[in-house]
Amino acid sequence: MRLLRSLIKPVVAYAFLAGSISLLAEGGVVNPYWVQILELACIVAISAQGLNIIYGHTGLFSLGHAAFYGIGAYTAAYLMKTYGGQSQAAFFAALLAGGGAAAAVACLIGLPTLRLTSDYLGIATLGFGIIMKVVFDSADRFLPELGGARGMTGIAKMTTVPWVVFFLLASLLVVRNLIHSSYGRAILSIREDEIAAETMGIDTFQYKMVGFVAGCTFAGVAGGLYAHLYAFLHPSNFDFFKSIDILVIVVLGGLGNMSGTLVASFGWIFLLEGLRVVLPPGYVEFRWVLIPVLLIVTMLLRPQGIFGAREFPFLRGKVYR
Amino acid sequence: MMLEIRGLTKHFGGIRAVDGVDLHLGQGELVGLIGPNGSGKTTVFNLVTGIYRPDAGSVTLKGENLVGIPPHRINRLGVARTFQNIRLFRNLTVMDNVRIAHHSHLGYGPVAALCRTGRFYNGEKELNEIVEVFLSIFQLQNRKYEIAGSLSYGDQRKLEIARALASKPEVLLLDEPAAGMNPYEVGRLMEFILAIRERFRLSILLIEHQMRLVMGICERLAVMDFGQVIARGLPAEIRGNRKVIEAYLGEDVAIE
Amino acid sequence: MEYFLQQVINGLQIGFVYALIALGYTMVYGIVRLINFAHGDVFMIGAFIGLYAVERYQWPLTAVFVSAVVGCTILAVLIEQLAYRPLRHAPKIASLITAIGVSLFLEYFTSLRQVFGPHFYSFPRPFPVVRWNWHGILVTNIQAVIFFVTVFCLLLLQFIVFRTKMGRAMRAVSFDYVTAGLMGVNVNVVISFTFGLGAALAGVGGVLYGIAYPQVNTFMGFMPGLKAFTAAVLGGIGNIPGAVLGALIMGQSETMVSAYVSSAYRDGIAFVILILVLLWKPTGILGTPRTEKV
Repeated sequence: MRLLRSLIKPVVAYAFLAGSISLLAEGGVVNPYWVQILELACIVAISAQGLNIIYGHTGLFSLGHAAFYGIGAYTAAYLMKTYGGQSQAAFFAALLAGGGAAAAVACLIGLPTLRLTSDYLGIATLGFGIIMKVVFDSADRFLPELGGARGMTGIAKMTTVPWVVFFLLASLLVVRNLIHSSYGRAILSIREDEIAAETMGIDTFQYKMVGFVAGCTFAGVAGGLYAHLYAFLHPSNFDFFKSIDILVIVVLGGLGNMSGTLVASFGWIFLLEGLRVVLPPGYVEFRWVLIPVLLIVTMLLRPQGIFGAREFPFLRGKVYR
Repeated sequence: MMLEIRGLTKHFGGIRAVDGVDLHLGQGELVGLIGPNGSGKTTVFNLVTGIYRPDAGSVTLKGENLVGIPPHRINRLGVARTFQNIRLFRNLTVMDNVRIAHHSHLGYGPVAALCRTGRFYNGEKELNEIVEVFLSIFQLQNRKYEIAGSLSYGDQRKLEIARALASKPEVLLLDEPAAGMNPYEVGRLMEFILAIRERFRLSILLIEHQMRLVMGICERLAVMDFGQVIARGLPAEIRGNRKVIEAYLGEDVAIE
Repeated sequence: MEYFLQQVINGLQIGFVYALIALGYTMVYGIVRLINFAHGDVFMIGAFIGLYAVERYQWPLTAVFVSAVVGCTILAVLIEQLAYRPLRHAPKIASLITAIGVSLFLEYFTSLRQVFGPHFYSFPRPFPVVRWNWHGILVTNIQAVIFFVTVFCLLLLQFIVFRTKMGRAMRAVSFDYVTAGLMGVNVNVVISFTFGLGAALAGVGGVLYGIAYPQVNTFMGFMPGLKAFTAAVLGGIGNIPGAVLGALIMGQSETMVSAYVSSAYRDGIAFVILILVLLWKPTGILGTPRTEKV
């Protein structure tokens, strides 16, 4: 009963968001280009919530998040292309499979590497990211459908506003419920002081795995949505810079802050696209000159992230404060 | 015998930090471990709680081996500790610090947490009551929602003990619990330690430099110097022991 | 066999360039614990200064190196003072993000039409290439120059770090920054000096890279930078001989993979080796384990 009651708000929020955005899009109020940007922002927000679990909550420095995003994208796209056709149910299954594939790889990578500390873990995950980029680049050697360095085509455009809103809300609900439970607090304790957590009975390795695998699963699902948004995948969509993008979002939002990550995801994507529109023609290449300057200035002024420690009411979710 | 340590040895490079230490702690006993700085007391704690692995020797809890077992398992077997250089979860609330320590005795599973079932709400309620219990022992219940790192030094030390208790230990290792406390606070701390020992049927091993505390509440003492136990006995016997006084000479710790 | 030895020579060529970059990473990390992502771009700037010095001004080789060294040193010191110094006491991640910001800025700013431009530019050979054939193994005078210049830089660095007052201060700061400050070491000067020294080496590396692989581009610093940093971690970060060792391993492994497997896997192998080494020795080959005091 309680479960049903707790689902009312998310369902209403979902119906409202998905419905209104779809209506605005179909009524021509928002042009399809911006709808697509909005969908992208939701997808990036899901992936960023994933990295926020890994880095913001568990304190594991990962520089290879895009690799898991890519694994989810290629897995979902491959499954849909070969078996799924246009079926919505198959799409849902493919997205979960994308998340599952990312989770499985995260387990394999996490088992040996999560014993490393801070910067060494960062560099190991960075290395893993580069390795995966090489794998994506030469993926056509073992599975021609994946396209390798030429890019993967022939993916159905399945990603719609209702899908991305659904997965975004679901991801927020999962993070919120996880973090505000004893399991989430166990995860936080690792970030705070691993040795103290361990002596207080927390199996820190196990919970590092939980945080890492959960975060990578989010990236995998987001990757599947991404693959079916533009119907084209290229290894460069999952390179080191994409990992950095997400890291920047999580840091700008304030580490461990779900609301901040959410806002920063939208802010970042709309900043990138907005500058494209705002800059006078012929000066679009100044975009990437301005962005780093903004980034540096933000870090100098607010090294703890723009949002600090405040959360939106719907993300507070503590049972006892 | 609750805790039994035999021939415990640990080297760091060429230094024998702990060198063949024998110690035992009976059910309900309160034993003090004293000695000059760098004599290896904290290393003994680190070896018992599994943070370091001993090079030789055995540690048993109620006859069960603790060597080579990871720290979180040792905690679940019934050993909890505090740290000399306070290691709280600084950015979390006082309440969260205590709740985390109770995690291994949690009453709901991960699925219940994600779906927020009735079991989850009951479990959280129970946790809330437990927090209340442990915090009120140390009169910290009004600080529940404060960030642990913002507490005063003395309160942080008390919170560390409350956190250790929340993991339901049978053996409690306190590493300089009175460090940085004023004489009044030390007096209160002594009462707290005796009270929790009664209430939770604990056996306590205590490292301390404040002789008033050690002499006041410990039933037996062991003195370490250069990694070895150089004397053991009743507080009154230790007070006059020549070896002990020698070990402390030059240290600004006076034996009262 | 000739083919193999030829690959060893080629591997040494790139390995030495990596070594020059890796030293800057390892020294900076050793002192401020920052992964200075902008370091690869300082290397790129060095290559471009070299390009201008050779092509536009036709300076002699020594002057080319000196100009790259001076330019990179000034740039790195400026970056340190403007971007990193204000964040020295902020969370480490803030400096890291700033470093990434500086890196992106350098890459994209210099790729503007108004600056260096976005294309690949060929780097003219500053001297005629001579090839020596030794039992079927080709060695060029470019490789000889790389070898001698790198060895000279390494010896000079060894001298600075172990025989000068500033070197002693660097070692003190990297061992314990707070205590070194209390002992009267001017930490700010030492940090700036370290950034400058690393950048000087990267500048030399940039010119050598331009001579050896005669094409430059404003994004050329990214991959070599990443690999050089990886090399530094592989060898044990903060450790100078480790950085050189790591760089040589990195150069050999990627040359061998290109030669015997496929050049498609070239960029991956370095990181496979890195991960394997970290699993075996979590602080790198020559790194010393640091235990946390409990």
